[in-house]
Amino acid sequence: MNFAIALLANPQDPAARSALEFARAVLAAGHQISRLFFYRDAVHLASQLKVMPQDESDISVEWREFIQGNQLDAVVCIAAALRRGILDEAEAKRWNRPAANTCAPWVLSGLGQWIDALQSADRAITFGT
Amino acid sequence: MKSLLVISRHPPARPEAREALDVVLSAAAFEVPCGILFMDDGVFQLLKGQDAAQIGQKSLAANLQALPLYGVEDILVCQHSLGERGLQANQCMLDARAMNNAEIATLLEHYDQIVTL
Repeated sequence: MNFAIALLANPQDPAARSALEFARAVLAAGHQISRLFFYRDAVHLASQLKVMPQDESDISVEWREFIQGNQLDAVVCIAAALRRGILDEAEAKRWNRPAANTCAPWVLSGLGQWIDALQSADRAITFGT
Repeated sequence: MKSLLVISRHPPARPEAREALDVVLSAAAFEVPCGILFMDDGVFQLLKGQDAAQIGQKSLAANLQALPLYGVEDILVCQHSLGERGLQANQCMLDARAMNNAEIATLLEHYDQIVTL
């Protein structure tokens, strides 16, 4: 079965971990994930500039490794990202900002990517309120 | 095409309100049959006579008025949420149709997908 998974909550919200554990379970059960979509405050997961205390887990790194390890399509809503200061090299250049803080495997793209994933998935699930 | 219902639950001053409208307008632009249901503090988005500029914000009115223009079929408001806040359906923009709890239950059955934002 084909799953589309969206996360809405910020990285500190327990929903960010629930979504990751669910995504792991989907793959472990032999299903596919057609797309991950990060919207609202979940776009902060794509920032590479967070620094966690050494004895705390870094959910952003866990997500990144999960996405890379399974070669998943991980789309970050570009409008939500720009508002919150999450920029890749291209956007930093376009808007004349001094630094970029995200890069592959995260892809900045439009809401249409979520709409498309909702249409094509057998199951669509959203985490975070 | 799978139909999509967006449930919008946040007050107008919060970015979540605009982001819920963006999802439904985006779906409508892709010709997905869709609707929006305003619930909880989301009903405040519809209240007439608001002036967002007074709190340094951009009004949601243009996005709300775009809903029928984009072909969003159902523009609905939760009767219970209105009542809890001392509001009436006739204070709402867009002639949003007030739905009671039983009608909302039927509505959830009617749509293929539901996203609460």
